Amino acid sequence: MKLLDLFRRKKKSGQYIAAQRLRLVLTHDRANISPGMLEVLKDEIIAVISKHLDIDTENVVVNLTEDNRRTRLVADIPILTNRARKAEVRSKKGAPGKT
Amino acid sequence: MAGKIITISSGKGGVGKTTATANLGLSLAILGKRVTCIDADIGLRNLDVMLGLENRIVYDIINFIEGRCRFRQALVRDKRFPELYMMAAAQTRDKNSITVEDMTKVAREAAEISDFVLIDSPAGIEHGFRYAVAPADLVLIVTNPEVTAVRDADRVIGLLEAEELAPAQLILNRYKPELVRRNEMLDPDTVIDLLAIDLIGIVPEDDKVFGAGNQGRPVALDEHSRAGKAFRNIGRRLTGEDVPFEALRKQTFIQRLFGSR
Repeated sequence: MKLLDLFRRKKKSGQYIAAQRLRLVLTHDRANISPGMLEVLKDEIIAVISKHLDIDTENVVVNLTEDNRRTRLVADIPILTNRARKAEVRSKKGAPGKT
Repeated sequence: MAGKIITISSGKGGVGKTTATANLGLSLAILGKRVTCIDADIGLRNLDVMLGLENRIVYDIINFIEGRCRFRQALVRDKRFPELYMMAAAQTRDKNSITVEDMTKVAREAAEISDFVLIDSPAGIEHGFRYAVAPADLVLIVTNPEVTAVRDADRVIGLLEAEELAPAQLILNRYKPELVRRNEMLDPDTVIDLLAIDLIGIVPEDDKVFGAGNQGRPVALDEHSRAGKAFRNIGRRLTGEDVPFEALRKQTFIQRLFGSR
């Protein structure tokens, strides 16, 4: 019983859910930016960067991270180099239907 | 030497600010300290009832600020500890009746005759909170292991930091070890980690607190109350004593596996 509890625990527990929600809420409160606004920001960042660089817009990740009450906006923006383009072409061939 | 001014705050209401203020006041008095508790919740006073001193009030803080009585007259002496005093909030006025300067003046005057001045802050982060924390040397933030309460505590911590007010320490109140064990309640480590603030005490949920409020006899006076003991430990930590934290933390893997306590 106890052992079973142990494996069932974690992801679905109220404690886990509470901690995850709290973490997210605090991060957005501290940075004073709502999750929806962050999406808008992401789109604008993509638009600006795209003017100067060829980027893989599908795989842009813009996130807030927290460390000891210091909040950071982290943007991971893959740039399409020749090599990356070839890889993309290859993967598109392998996955038809995707344009 | 003037005493230390400590404001008890929380952001969210109903987490146990007044209970904490009353119990810490008594805990410090038990240690032989001279203590003045000030109810800063103008219009919604309750510290008097918690301490069982509601029948002894003659003048309140607004009477003193408006010059209708002397400082000593506005203090109510505790019936159990002659060096424990309370200053009542005015019940028929509102928080705008007090300025930051007024509260600072009252707190400093109280510090002249006390080792510790405890200010029971109103809930919220508006004017009442601001005048309550203005004179503080230390702010104790009371929270419960709930998402809403911790979120509000974080706002208060953020405001204190942004305005470079007093340092803050955390009281985690109404903690239920059994719920944490069943992974249904936020565990203390997560809360402290997320808030990134020093902990001064964890107070377990205790039905005796309920009865204590009814009787005007805070649990700090009850030898058998777990919450009372936790408050007394916080009192000792406030005097500089190094009191180890009780094993309220999460159990180890092995303990959980075998279901031991």
